[in-house]
Amino acid sequence: MTETLEVSLFIFLLASFLGYAVITRVPGLLHTPLMSLTNALSAISIVGSLILAGAGEAAFATILGTIAVFASTTNIVSGFLITDRMLKMFKRREAPKGPAGVPPKGASA
Amino acid sequence: MIDLMNDTALPLAYLFAAACFVLALKWLSHPTTARRGVKTGELGMFVAVVATLFEFEIVEYQWIAIAIVAGVALGAPLGLLVPMTAVPQRTALSHAFGAVAAGLVGTAEFYLQRPAIDETTMVAIGLEVVLGFLTFTGSLIAAGKLQGIVRDQPWIYRGQNVVNLSILGAALIMVGVLVARPDTAVLFPIVIALSLVFGVLLVIRIGGADMPTVISLLNSFAGLSAAMMGFVLNNKLLIVAGALDGSSGLFLSIVMCKAMNRSFVNVLFGGFGAQATGGDAQQRPVRSVDPEETAFLLDAARSVVIVPGYGMAAAQAQHKVRELSDALLKRGVDVRFAIHPVAGRMPGHMNVLLAEANVPYDQLYDLETINPELPHTDIVLVVGANDVVNPAARTQTDSPIYGMPILDADAAASIIVVKRSMRSGFAGVDNDLFYLDKTQMLFGDAKTVIGGVVDELSKLPTREVAAA
Repeated sequence: MTETLEVSLFIFLLASFLGYAVITRVPGLLHTPLMSLTNALSAISIVGSLILAGAGEAAFATILGTIAVFASTTNIVSGFLITDRMLKMFKRREAPKGPAGVPPKGASA
Repeated sequence: MIDLMNDTALPLAYLFAAACFVLALKWLSHPTTARRGVKTGELGMFVAVVATLFEFEIVEYQWIAIAIVAGVALGAPLGLLVPMTAVPQRTALSHAFGAVAAGLVGTAEFYLQRPAIDETTMVAIGLEVVLGFLTFTGSLIAAGKLQGIVRDQPWIYRGQNVVNLSILGAALIMVGVLVARPDTAVLFPIVIALSLVFGVLLVIRIGGADMPTVISLLNSFAGLSAAMMGFVLNNKLLIVAGALDGSSGLFLSIVMCKAMNRSFVNVLFGGFGAQATGGDAQQRPVRSVDPEETAFLLDAARSVVIVPGYGMAAAQAQHKVRELSDALLKRGVDVRFAIHPVAGRMPGHMNVLLAEANVPYDQLYDLETINPELPHTDIVLVVGANDVVNPAARTQTDSPIYGMPILDADAAASIIVVKRSMRSGFAGVDNDLFYLDKTQMLFGDAKTVIGGVVDELSKLPTREVAAA
């Protein structure tokens, strides 16, 4: 086993345990935003695709890299945007029982 | 200068991004800090991407620019315009995108490095490609089912498991051959094809109510394939982010499986509910009420617990349900929501829908918190949920849902069930809750009948509110 692989495996193992420990504390309330956020974060794989698309090595590598950059960018942009949109909606009860007024409608946030 | 960039600045940028990602997840543990988490994740992502763009290996930028512009053009509407009811399909779609990116990078790396691929790299490429492509097609099918493009019913035939596992086994064996002899490159496209086919076959047999587990598993696979890409490219940031995503998906899958008292194997290969769809054979008498009577009953109650299910999402009734909750609160009734972990089509689905409808999150209770309260509750109002309140899960050992933790709706003083018809739920089992003396059925489309109850409530004379 090379040293690089050994280090990588250690990182993988520790990051998995760390991730599991941190994520266990996310309440069920936020499980949907959790999934969309981790999805956006794992689109960091864009850094690999960027090198592939820009290294100018072979035509097929450039094409595959370009498609991968496109897919990852989509995930980054949509993932962060929708997670924030969801989290904005989670509100506490302001005044327990408001006056006659109904809370603001629909998409106002 | 360039060396300094690549040798020092880039690793530091990646280290910074990794720290940001962990903090982002940590801050997601509470609604008050969650948005800070998103901002932190965005910062880490931005720093890592910008630092990478300065890397010396990148010599041409035109394709990158085109891809990023196209990605933003598709990603922005997906993030900003998709309605909350469609979040499960968007999530499945994003798993497909992430997975295909990993699969394509793995493919490119294979052909770039080809004759001389060392064994560990080939193992990583193999796993990256298999996981990436099976998650790609699997997630597309899941998104199609959730959007109603692909038939939601599980598609099952005899010997299906043997076929599916043979396909996956064949793909993995070929990866093994490639590890031993990288010159057998002809096998590589076959591995890709088998993985694509396996992904379709795996998810096509999953029914709608199992989607929370399947989406979580696909989430995990997508993360793992990104981590494998990190091994292939020797990029530690990818390993960390992929491991975080993978363990998050695994955690959610475990939560979902526990909430249904089932195992992964059972979800993926069990064919739940497909055999026993004839559960509505016998006609037992039920008591039904209309919206007007329901309004009277709810108005007279001191405490009401609302149990939402997928039926509420399907009928888009969440806004009407919130109006009902507000009207009752105003009349001095204590209203709470009981959320079962697998209610809906993805983890946390009901919470997001109710949050969208402006239900404050301190009105939402999870299974463990609300169950001890239900015996002291006057009325449980079930809106489009079925299996999650079926007492058979506690008592009938031969029932397919036996052992599943349920909301003890039957412990309440009385129960009102909003339901389209007497058809049985996803599990195909009859629900004894509907036939109890203290249960009344309010038949109809959830949005229409709840709207009717709200109208009737507004006609009732205001009651003197004794205390908050």
